[in-house]
Amino acid sequence: MALNREFVGRQYAAPATYEVSRVKIKEFAAAIGDTNPIYRDREAAKAAGHPDVIAPPTFPIVFTLTGAGEALADPELGLNYAMVVHGDQRFEYTRPIRAGDELVCVSTITEIRSVGRNEVLTVQSDVTTVDGEHVCTSYNTIVERGGAA
Amino acid sequence: MSATIKYDEVETGQQIEAADYPVRRVNLVMYAGASGDFNPIHWNERFAKTVGLPDVIAHGMYTMAQGGRFVTDWVGDPGAVVDYSVRFSSMVVVPDDDEGATITVSGVIEQKLEDKRVLVALTARSGDSRVLSRARAVVQLA
Repeated sequence: MALNREFVGRQYAAPATYEVSRVKIKEFAAAIGDTNPIYRDREAAKAAGHPDVIAPPTFPIVFTLTGAGEALADPELGLNYAMVVHGDQRFEYTRPIRAGDELVCVSTITEIRSVGRNEVLTVQSDVTTVDGEHVCTSYNTIVERGGAA
Repeated sequence: MSATIKYDEVETGQQIEAADYPVRRVNLVMYAGASGDFNPIHWNERFAKTVGLPDVIAHGMYTMAQGGRFVTDWVGDPGAVVDYSVRFSSMVVVPDDDEGATITVSGVIEQKLEDKRVLVALTARSGDSRVLSRARAVVQLA
């Protein structure tokens, strides 16, 4: 089923701020098999010029989809989640995410289009600190296989 | 930030030595837990097959993370990665055995940018398939 184009431009704020903890960064780094000490050891992070341990570049996937996830589950959108695969992903950084950050995430559905038999939807998530400092922006494009057939 | 690679010491076209990253079912279970992505196509073979997949497949983001690891291992400081983007062009199929699958990542300095930044183009393969395309990282060098 074609996705509802009326969702383009809709914005979703995450229901709560995301508090970045050392424990979560360590867990995520372990899950991707990455032993870099800058993810685990404050002294190693400080030696590299960071105030605390930082998160791997793909870490924002942990929290950026919470707001948009609600939108994607809206029956009015018409997305069959079982047929969804990840199409494209980009992370653009102003500075690394680090332990102690309290982050605000606002997600916007920026595009819905048909590509062949598939429906393609892009969500942009802007991540800032509670003080309004930009940290990173995530661009997440998903593909619903057969959605446009 | 303190990248260990100096901008003046890299050239356009320079290769970054390939690395292999194994992926077994346990890695996908850990990744599901850490990322919060519990889509059953990443851990339930029975479900994966009912939606037309050959077997359980890795999270695209797991594969992207291995490409990220390749870049951060090269540059030293993960904070040096200022932009990282990929297209997921093929699936990484992960059989339920002791071998699992292997993701092989290689890279090349595609362009030297301003402010001591470089554009690194990545290639990621698993088996005969190219699993990432248009994989690019902008990295701040020293």
